[in-house]
Amino acid sequence: MIQRLFRFRGGIEPPPHKQESSAAPIRPAPLPPKLVVPLIQSSRGSARTIVTVGDKVLKGQCIGEPEDAGGTAIHAPTSGTVTEIGRYPMAHPSGLASLAIVLEPDGEERWITPEPLDPAHASREELLLRIQASGIVGMGGAVFPSHIKIGKDAAVETLLINGAECEPWITCDDRLMRERAADIVAGAKILHQLNGARRILIGIEDNKPEAIAAMAAAAQESRSGDKAGVNVEVVPIPTRYPAGGEKQLIRVLTGIEVPAGKIASDFGVQCFNVGTAHAVCRALAHGEAMISRIVTVTGNVERPGNYEVLLGTPVSSLLALCGVRPGTNRTLMGGPMMGFALPSLDAPITKGSNCIIAASPALFPPPPPEQACIRCGTCARACPIGLQPFELYWASRAKRFDDAAGRYHIFDCIECGCCAYVCPAHIPLIDYFRFAKSEIRARDEEHKAADQARARFESRAARLEREKAEKAARLAAKAAETRASLAAGDTALIAAAAQRTQAQAPDNATTTPDPT
Amino acid sequence: MSYLFVVLSAVLVNNVVFVRILGLCPFMGVSKKLETALGMGMATTFVLTIASGTSYLIDHYLLAPFDLAYLRTLAFIVVIAAIVQITELVIHKTSPMLQQVLGIYLPLITTNCAVLGIPLLSAGLGYGLLESLLFGFGSAAGFTLALILFAGIRERLEGADVPLPFRGVPIAMMTAGFMSLAFMGFAGLDRFH
Amino acid sequence: MLSWASPDWIVSTKHAPPIRYGSGPARLTGPDFLQPMLAALIVMTGIALALGAALGYAAFHFKVEGNPIAEQIDALLPQTQCAQCGYPGCKPYAEAVASGEAEINLCTPGGDDGARKLSELLGREFKPRGVTVEKLKTVALIDEQTCIGCTLCIQACPVDAIVGSAKQMHTVVSRICTGCELCLPPCPVDCIALVEEPRTPQNWRWKYPATGLKVVA
Repeated sequence: MIQRLFRFRGGIEPPPHKQESSAAPIRPAPLPPKLVVPLIQSSRGSARTIVTVGDKVLKGQCIGEPEDAGGTAIHAPTSGTVTEIGRYPMAHPSGLASLAIVLEPDGEERWITPEPLDPAHASREELLLRIQASGIVGMGGAVFPSHIKIGKDAAVETLLINGAECEPWITCDDRLMRERAADIVAGAKILHQLNGARRILIGIEDNKPEAIAAMAAAAQESRSGDKAGVNVEVVPIPTRYPAGGEKQLIRVLTGIEVPAGKIASDFGVQCFNVGTAHAVCRALAHGEAMISRIVTVTGNVERPGNYEVLLGTPVSSLLALCGVRPGTNRTLMGGPMMGFALPSLDAPITKGSNCIIAASPALFPPPPPEQACIRCGTCARACPIGLQPFELYWASRAKRFDDAAGRYHIFDCIECGCCAYVCPAHIPLIDYFRFAKSEIRARDEEHKAADQARARFESRAARLEREKAEKAARLAAKAAETRASLAAGDTALIAAAAQRTQAQAPDNATTTPDPT
Repeated sequence: MSYLFVVLSAVLVNNVVFVRILGLCPFMGVSKKLETALGMGMATTFVLTIASGTSYLIDHYLLAPFDLAYLRTLAFIVVIAAIVQITELVIHKTSPMLQQVLGIYLPLITTNCAVLGIPLLSAGLGYGLLESLLFGFGSAAGFTLALILFAGIRERLEGADVPLPFRGVPIAMMTAGFMSLAFMGFAGLDRFH
Repeated sequence: MLSWASPDWIVSTKHAPPIRYGSGPARLTGPDFLQPMLAALIVMTGIALALGAALGYAAFHFKVEGNPIAEQIDALLPQTQCAQCGYPGCKPYAEAVASGEAEINLCTPGGDDGARKLSELLGREFKPRGVTVEKLKTVALIDEQTCIGCTLCIQACPVDAIVGSAKQMHTVVSRICTGCELCLPPCPVDCIALVEEPRTPQNWRWKYPATGLKVVA
């Protein structure tokens, strides 16, 4: 069957720079002297430590369990001793610290006994639990917990496996597909079993012929392997950034345009990265939790290439492995389009770190000076979402956040960077959008906090009012009781009391005139 | 056909703000945001249409028979103020939705000189009831158009690189002047008539 | 015939009936002079009475309970419930502003930004106080070693963010604390301090893009 392809709007064709790092096979990165494993490894929540300082852990042993249904577990990347649980700078543009478990490897790499789960003989719930317990999140960079996405009760027609890898410089998915195609297809089949899709489409950009060939061969093999199997198809797609964006890939392969505010599952499509499919296969068929990932190290280095890196390995040790050339002025995590400059090279590799680029002014020349926006509309033509980046720019610049969010839909922006790439005035548009987005989020948080404070203040005021009323009622009841008992003939009592006073102080009673 | 002329000339050629230079207070005051400009425009349209009709009735059946045309200004402003107040009370009670949209603008309209000026003009031009209504509606539509155009520009001005001394009201004034010049150009429509 | 661009947009007297003061030649003596004045008086009084009656009826018949403007003001206030404005909470202050008895710039946590929003909502003049709210959010923290369990701070907290009971250690639920500082004065042992909320990657914000000096020429 010839797959009909569609076009997404906008997009750009930047120089790919793939061959620098795609030639060499994946090499395992050596054990660093210290591993820093952050507790937040998914976009939906953090993990709770279940180890204490001094504990000996085995490779693949769970060291943090999910805090809630949205969280995912984290595991020891190697065997060793937990030396500290503290705050460490993260691979985040802020460079701020958050909680992490520090592990000192013992160098023995002793695995915990793996417990593979045969997908053919396991229930859906068991499989979902295993995916969560293996710490599997989207490996494309968004680190969305996979068990939530695949566990959605949606009628899924198409399962997409995203091997587009559209961003320049990055080749980790390319090498993964070339070398571990069978595992990826096996993972895709497990995912397929979970969502019951009719077909599996593997989309790969056509600038990766080796990966396409390897995946096609693996798909062929899997088809011949089981007769009643699903239709696994490898589809080469035109090279055009950002074809690897979820909504763009869905558009290209199925023709469906997922509208704003909806998710792909609403339209019978689910999309997973090849790395995620690979990790699912490792977790279920081999019982290995997610403790490592493939990272491309490229740019201004002597030996660019792809490495299988244990999570928690500091970026600096990875760079040392590749030999950073002189002239490097900053280090990017992620690609040149969507990545960010690392404030600190001590930051650890996490589940979403796909690429480290040593950047030099020769490779990434500093942008020419920013000029005034004349609303030429070039950015609007490049935007793959169909937004109007120049309007977003003006709104963000003037801090008119209501307009940015409400009228120009800033939260549909995927920060792909196409607009800034084509801008003839060299305006750092994405910087403005990121600023506006974080300001809007902070403002919404403030509003939520204010609403909560208002509700608590009002309920406290109501409670105080109620307590006051209750107290008044109690006093009134007591007074009424006393008055009633008086009226009921306790006058004798009063008379007796009066007599007593008179008997005690007869002089006073006679000499002091009654004040009434 | 002449009714259409009344409306079109009121909206474009003799735009109440840009050509007649009436109603500048709300024009400058309520044009900072598009939403509020739209609300103000709707409220003004509503009031001005009613005011034109009522003023015609007052003028034609009350003032004219007694030769009291010189009391127009006095009588109209009293009537308009009362109508605005009553409208606000009624809307407040009956339509919370409309109240949300027009709510805070209605009382401001009492002091909008366009609302007084348009009935006075139509009385001066000797319009009939339907013409008065159309003239009022057209003028208000022109007011709304001016307000919305101006608000759109002002929203953009907020983010623009305006030299410091011109920021805020000064640049808004200049913009209004340019828009007024542009609207004068509609006078050329007369050629095709 | 109407012209599209009628030049007579100044009140024209072309079509209008000429303004006459009374009928016939004006005379300044006698009851004839009174006649047009009487007509004017009667007509205007009539209009005024009719409209007054209509307004009165409408005010009586279409009366609406509640003050929606106070709600809108309350929505703009930061809900710290700190009482620094002189009113016992944000809601009472909102009601005071709505009724016009309070200035709009009394809210310290809201600062000048908050006052500016209020001035936009109410159309009242904005008077700056020079208070900016660029500071980080702070929350109260009880030194649990020093706390004697007197419950005074618990009674002072406007949002019930302090838990504990008599002669037991107290603690602040920092997620709920608004940083209003109302718990500081009642504490007999001064064991409460306000600390800044730590910056984490989750609550960090992107900076406004710095635009460097432009190269001219």
